[in-house]
This record gives sequence, structure tokens and C-alpha cells, in this order.
Amino acid sequence: MRTTLAIGAGKAAGFLSRRLGRGGGTTFPGEVALRIDPRLLARVSARLGEGCVVVTGTNGKTTTARMIASILRQARLRPVHNRSGANLIQGVTSALLSSANLRGVPGGDIGLFEVDEATLPQAVAQIRPRAVVVTNLFRDQLDRYGEIDYLAGLWQGALATLPSSSTAILNADDPAVARLGEGLRARVLYYGVDDPRRGSAGLQQAADSQHCLACGARYDYRVAYYGHLGDYHCPNCGAGRPRPHISARSVELDGTAGSQVEAVPPAGALSIRINLPGLYNVYNLLAALACGSALGATPEALRQGIETLSAAFGRIERIDIEGRQVLLALVKNPVGFNQLLHTLSLDPAPKHLLIVINDNLADGTDVSWLWDVDFELLQGRAQSVVVSGTRAEDMLLRLHYAQVDMGRVSLEKEPPGALARGLANAGPGGTLYILPTYTAMLAMRQVMHEQGYVGQFWED
Amino acid sequence: MNLKLTICHLYPDLMNIYGDRGNVIALSRRAAWAGLDVEVLRVDLGERPDWRTFDILFIGGGQDKQQALVARDLAEVKGPSLRAAVDDGLVVLAICGGYQLLGRYFHTGSGAMLPGVEVFDACTVAGNRRCIGDVIVRSEVGGQPHTLVGFENHSGRTYLGARTRPLGHVIVGRGNNGEDGSEGAVDRNAFGTYLHGSLLPKNPWLTDLLIRRAVERRYGPAAALPAVDDAVERQAHEALIARIRGRGLVDSGVI
Repeated sequence: MRTTLAIGAGKAAGFLSRRLGRGGGTTFPGEVALRIDPRLLARVSARLGEGCVVVTGTNGKTTTARMIASILRQARLRPVHNRSGANLIQGVTSALLSSANLRGVPGGDIGLFEVDEATLPQAVAQIRPRAVVVTNLFRDQLDRYGEIDYLAGLWQGALATLPSSSTAILNADDPAVARLGEGLRARVLYYGVDDPRRGSAGLQQAADSQHCLACGARYDYRVAYYGHLGDYHCPNCGAGRPRPHISARSVELDGTAGSQVEAVPPAGALSIRINLPGLYNVYNLLAALACGSALGATPEALRQGIETLSAAFGRIERIDIEGRQVLLALVKNPVGFNQLLHTLSLDPAPKHLLIVINDNLADGTDVSWLWDVDFELLQGRAQSVVVSGTRAEDMLLRLHYAQVDMGRVSLEKEPPGALARGLANAGPGGTLYILPTYTAMLAMRQVMHEQGYVGQFWED
Repeated sequence: MNLKLTICHLYPDLMNIYGDRGNVIALSRRAAWAGLDVEVLRVDLGERPDWRTFDILFIGGGQDKQQALVARDLAEVKGPSLRAAVDDGLVVLAICGGYQLLGRYFHTGSGAMLPGVEVFDACTVAGNRRCIGDVIVRSEVGGQPHTLVGFENHSGRTYLGARTRPLGHVIVGRGNNGEDGSEGAVDRNAFGTYLHGSLLPKNPWLTDLLIRRAVERRYGPAAALPAVDDAVERQAHEALIARIRGRGLVDSGVI
């Protein structure tokens, strides 16, 4: 009875929220329903016949979950998925109850939930997932969580509660994530990249270095891919990267178009084309392959699932506007931003950029992280840059100190003006790369929507 | 021949959080724009550098585990020689965790007692709540009234003793301890502060002050430096002050 009441109230809240133009109702229904029945998420998720999968990590959560959803559909399952990226308990609950009927029977057979880093313990306790995927642990919104060691501790506690029937899917190349696999009751599946051609001999930034959990010495990297991801070992005590169960033996990067990957999952070799650019998406791919394998998907379902995939909301999105191609890619932390800049610089042609930096709560109110991004890469590679957003002046200053030719840089504080300037810079037939933080991305999409160019995000 | 400025980045991989390396970028660029030859050298755990090589030493903030490693290295390897170098006039900028370790001690939240280098007459104890948010500071270091803008994120509360002056007083934010309004520390040519942001890019007057002190120390007071344009820096400084006031954060009403 209480469940029915809670679901009914939540659904009504979602309907009202959409009717009142307050957005897609991606968290509000869950908030209302949980007020009435705090155990609702546990109750309804327990009724998913094939159990639940939870995905967390700093970067790549949404994209990885999208890939897993696509694989599951190829395996003829019906995932219930918080695909809008609303990833706190309220958002997960909203997704689940929007699929469920009033009796609390979910409209699918497997749960697939992306969850916020700090929400993992709560999510695991309530959902009791059969698989947990952890993508990576980078510095992100440190103003929100304090320090990353704190998050690692939270994750360790959450994974320790998993029973032996469940699987932890962990990035072997990220020392902070790989070490989570030690001492678990759950089965552990590691994934990683094994193509030294895609890496460098040492870390690119000193700040990315990692220290051995066992003895505190600094890890040596045989290969560093990006951020602190790579093949590392401790020169002092010998501890190091666990051998991946799923690995990318060969990665051919094809600029901003995608990559060709030769992967080795447990069931045999797999040659896969992925339509998302950059090595960071190869990691997302490996996480999804590992998860799909753990859930029993066939190699054919794995390959089909990935190759039929379109880009996750806001991650890299292509939009045509008045004869210009617009590529929109979310930026939220130094490692992700550096990967984007490296991916853009694979193609030597000078680029037109629009960088939009906001400092609202959802973006992180501290923009110090801009100083950990290698904007020096844009020297000689930027044909034009427009900076915008609530912290446009900080971005302008960063480019000034990165010694980018300031004659090519302009400041347009408001999104409509910034978009117009960026499109004018790109010119007919040109390409404009828009790199916004989270709320800046919503603002840019709103501007484009008002001009009739993209659907609103909950319609996808 | 150009004058040369050598910057020491102390523990760049252990103590470098929240974009602290932006301070080294700012020092390097503005010194170069003033016509100096600039070299940045790193110094790590276990090394015993000759501090006379350096004109400016920078140390950033770090996480608890890293800070404990650094505290041990300072106590066992570098402390006494570093203290002597500051007595000798070495210009130092220390941010957050680095600032804490240049005091007498840091009594951490886990109960550990980290010894400090005693460059500053200051001690730090862990607080219950983290101080997180934008900061505006009024400072009269160098004789002129100025503002500093930045972002603080720390749980330690730092209390200054009689010998060391504060870098300034908070107009917005918590500062050293959230009680006495003080922010940061100045002792001889050593500067400590909780401000990230990064600090120096948006506060070019302090960048130039550090460079000027370092050049005068090595080449004498006659060594004149040309003024370097700071329009882009001041624009970011003013925009942040406007943003902070627009947000309606707790404001003591001084500005």
C-alpha cells in the first residue's frame, strides 16, 4: 500500500514537473516517492529478475552505462536505466519508478544505474547489485568531496559488503581503483590497455603521480596512457598493476571520429569499431565489455552493442547549425579536459573553439582545476577561441598564461553571444568545438534549442 | 645579459593540489615578461639541495597521506637547512598544506602530530568542519593596501604567534582559523596562505612583489625591473570579486 502510494505520488510529481516546464523530472519524482517510502528503491529494485548493475567513477560513468545498456539490449534484456545521468539516490529512484507500474513491478528485467561517486555506499546497500563497475578516480570537484582518498575509502567500504556471488569490475590501469580489488569476497574482473604505442614512457604531469598503498614509494610507469592511468609498479616493494582479464591489445585512434580496438575478453579475441573518439572512450569500452562478459553476453552481443551505439548525452555530440558542424563535449576536470585537447590535436588543422566555464554548484565552485589543464597545447593550434560563462575571465587569464595568441581569443560573457561569435569564427563549412562545464552545457543546449537545433535532453 | 631567476618547486608531485602549479606558471611567466631568464627546478623526498641555488621556493597543498610523507622528510632531511635559508632571506610561497608544515606543528584530525619547520611562528590543529569557499582578503604587505582573491579548502585551523604577522584579513571567507579574521602569514621573505585559485595568476601584485624581493636579494636594490602589464589579471580579479558579492555569500561589509 505504502509502495503504491509512494509510486503514485512520484509519478504525479514527474508529470507536474514536466507540465510546468520545470525540466525532465529526472530527480523530483524519486525525491517525492522516497519521502513517502524510504525503502522504495530497495523494494522495487529487488523485483528486477536479472538483478542490478551499478557504474561509478570520476569520468566515463554515463558513456560506460550507455554502452552496457546497448550490450544488454543485444543480449535481449530490457534494462531499466537512469540514462539522463541523474545519479544520486533520488535520480536512480526516479528512473526505476518511471518504468514501474503502481504495484511496483519494474518495466524491465535488469537495473543499470550510474551513481555519483559519494553515493556508491548508499546505492550498494539499497540495490544489492550483482556487478559494480568502477571506471577511474581522478581529481574532480574537490570542493565537494574534500580529498580523493576519502572517496577511495568510501568505495572500499561499499565493495567489501558485496557477496561472493557478485562481481567487481575494476580498472587495472588506475592504481587507486585497482587496489580496491584486494581482499574482496566478490569476484574481481580487471580491465586495462596493453598498447604501449598509445602511451608515453612517464607521467605527463607530476601532479598525477600515485604512491604505493603498501609502502608509500612512488610508482614507476612502464607506460603512462593519460592522467595516472598506465602500467605501473612499485620500485620498492614490487606491488603493481594487476594483470587485466580484459585488455585492449591494439588501439588505432582515428581523430575525433572514433577508434578501432582489438580486445581480448575471456571468451576470445574481438575486433571492434567504436564511434567515440579518444583513449578515454577505449577505457569506457573495456569497462562495458568486462561488464557484459560478467553478465554472460556473447561476443556477438558485445560487438553489436558497441557498434550500434550513438554518443551519450552531452559527451560528444554533433549538431549541424547553418552549415557549420558543432561538436559539443562536456569538460569537468583536468584529466578529461586534457584528453579532449590531446584528441583535438591528433588532427593538425587549426581549430575554432568555444570554452564555457561556469562555477555553479553542479560544476564545482572552485575553478582552480583550470590550472591543471595543459592549455599550452593550443599554442599554434587554435584558429580562434571564444571564452564564456560565469568564469570567462579566469579562462581568458589561463589562456594568457598558456601563451596562446591572444589576438585570436575573445570574451563573450553570455551564451547566445558566445555561440554567435563562435559560429561566425568557424564560417560556412567550418567546425566549432564547444567545450562547456555541466551547467554551461545545459545553457548552451538551451540556446540551441531556442534556435531550433537540438531536442531537450530528456527526450533522447 | 639578462638577470636570472631560479624557482624551486618543492615536492611537485606530493604537494600540488587544486591547481597549485598555476603559481609556478604565474611566477615563471611574469618574471620572463619582465625580461628575466627563468629556470624551474624540482626538489623531492630525500634530496638535500643547496638552497642558495634558488631565488624563490614554492610548496603547494597536498592530501593527508602525502602531507605526512612530506612532514617526515622536512623533519629528518630538509628542515634545519631550509630554516637557515629563510633566515638568509630566501623568498618562499607556501599554500595550504605546505603553509601548515612551515609552522611549528600540525595536530591532524587523525590525532597525529606532524612537526613543522618553524619558518612561521604558527601552529595548526584540525577543525571539525572543512572551510570551503571563495575568499577575499585585504592585505597591506609591501606597504600598499591590496586585495587578494582565492578559494580556500582546508580543515586545519592555524593560529599565529607573536613573531609572525598575518598576510591579511578576510573580508569574505574563513582564513587561518575562522575566529580572528587573519589569513596567511608573513615572516621575513616567507609567505604562507590557504588560498588556492590559483592564487598568483589572479593577484599579480603579489607575484610581482615576490619576484622583486627575490631579484633585490640576489642583485641588490638597484636592480630595476620594468612594469609588466596586468590588465587580463586585474580583469579576472575584479570579475571574481563581483561574482562573490553577486552570490550573496556571508560578507562582513568591509567592501
